[in-house]
Amino acid sequence: MTTSAASLPAALRPRQLIHWIGVAPFFLFATLFLILPTLNIVIGAFRNPQGQVTLENLGKLLSPSIRSAFWISIELSLLTAALGCLFGFLIAAAITLGDLPRWLRNGIITFSGVASNFAGVPLAFAFIATLGRLGFVTMLLRNWFGINLYGSGFSIVSFLGLALTYLYFQIPLMVLIITPALEGLRREWREAAESLGASGAQYWRMVALPVLWPSLLGTLALLFANAFGAVATAIALTGSSLSIAPIVLFAQIRGDVLNDPHLGYAIAFGMIALTAIANGIYILLRMRAERWVK
Amino acid sequence: MIGKRFWSLFAVALGGIYFLLPLAGMVDFSMRMKRGEYSFEAYRIVLADPQFQQTFLYSVVLALLTIVLGILLVVPTAYFVRLRLPGLRPVIEFITLLPLVIPPIVIVFGYIRIYNTSSILPLTGTWLGTNLLLLFGYATLALPYMYRSVDTGLRTIDIASLTEAAQSLGAGWARILTVVILPNVFVSVLSGAFLTFAIVIGEYVFAALLNVNSFGPYMVWMGGNRAYEPSALAVVAFAITWACMGLIQLVTRFSKFSTARR
Repeated sequence: MTTSAASLPAALRPRQLIHWIGVAPFFLFATLFLILPTLNIVIGAFRNPQGQVTLENLGKLLSPSIRSAFWISIELSLLTAALGCLFGFLIAAAITLGDLPRWLRNGIITFSGVASNFAGVPLAFAFIATLGRLGFVTMLLRNWFGINLYGSGFSIVSFLGLALTYLYFQIPLMVLIITPALEGLRREWREAAESLGASGAQYWRMVALPVLWPSLLGTLALLFANAFGAVATAIALTGSSLSIAPIVLFAQIRGDVLNDPHLGYAIAFGMIALTAIANGIYILLRMRAERWVK
Repeated sequence: MIGKRFWSLFAVALGGIYFLLPLAGMVDFSMRMKRGEYSFEAYRIVLADPQFQQTFLYSVVLALLTIVLGILLVVPTAYFVRLRLPGLRPVIEFITLLPLVIPPIVIVFGYIRIYNTSSILPLTGTWLGTNLLLLFGYATLALPYMYRSVDTGLRTIDIASLTEAAQSLGAGWARILTVVILPNVFVSVLSGAFLTFAIVIGEYVFAALLNVNSFGPYMVWMGGNRAYEPSALAVVAFAITWACMGLIQLVTRFSKFSTARR
């Protein structure tokens, strides 16, 4: 590659121009349809309708209704991220370290690929058909076990229902991300630990978990961002009866509620800030994790 | 070590119950439209609904156009970056990660603010403009997946040699990209394409906020107004997701086979 460039120094300049023309459409597109729209929102969050710089919009985020929407969103995202990590880890550990047949492992990985992409509106429908008032499991529990799910205060249109639904894409995502990390745990490490007299629990506590720690925390952050940005599932499941941040923003954009675009900017900015922090943590920890998992 | 195997199976079985019950529920519910018997009545009604046909066809066409636009944007960029502009790599990787970091609802909010009827480029004012904007939005959402797949594909072939060979035979850049590079990374492009298709086909937020009546908003409308049809739609959507992921596995396996042979 370098030799061909060096042997043709005269042709270098027009050629380079061609290279830049080759990547220009990408940059133009990214600027127009990704960077400018986002910047517009970020700048708008710090401007009042007269165009002056202000922190007033961000202050409105602290109003009780908006603050509680963000808080529910954060709780929901944290809970589903933590449970997604836990259950995803257990399933990944089972298929990598548990002597299970090869076909079962491959089947679970493939299914995880499907389930992590089976989000949005259809997922909400599947859960309504399962845990709704007349759902499959609701009826099963009532007819076979005499348990009245809705009588006990459960509803699919609730925090708990939403959390159960989100786990359907959170757990598989964890399985997909953490399985390679678990496969990267070398057999020699375990053997070395055992030959030094470590028990299974000691091996996990002192060798495996410290190695996996960045991956685990990083994936937790990624799952948080994943849940935080999910809008379609929540809207299809609850309509707008549960006030979480993305639903409030959706209603703001639609103009259903009090029409203050700058409040919309502020909510959007709050969402970007939270997902950016979460993803930043993910990327940083991911880089650390890759030192060990090759 | 019987314990280990038992607990592994136990974990997988518990997971299996959680993941299969909603699928069972969705299939069961979709077939209960006629009282007292299982039938495909809900599917028949959905498939015969002109609204379904229209919105579904629209979303399929849009997904295919998104894939074409994604290929046009990503393949030349990834190629030139790998071959001659390696310094740009971190910048491109950062940009292609952004759609995963910024929530889609924020991106579409930005579109509505920038391209509204009182702006310099009033895309939302016309039918064509709105559809183009939706297409661009979906291409943006697809960037991370498209770029990652194509870049992985480019890594496995020797693009420097291929390019020199093509140039020595007198090919220009356009010809090299379409006749030499694209066929060589076709399998990777296909994986990105199927993933894009799975994401775009039922997308709701972009379409709803741009007031486009595609498959996503149609599904939500059905969910609010009908009982059994939404489950039938969910089954259809699940089948499409499954098919896309299956096709990705199939083409990757095929590519492994062909490289092994070579």
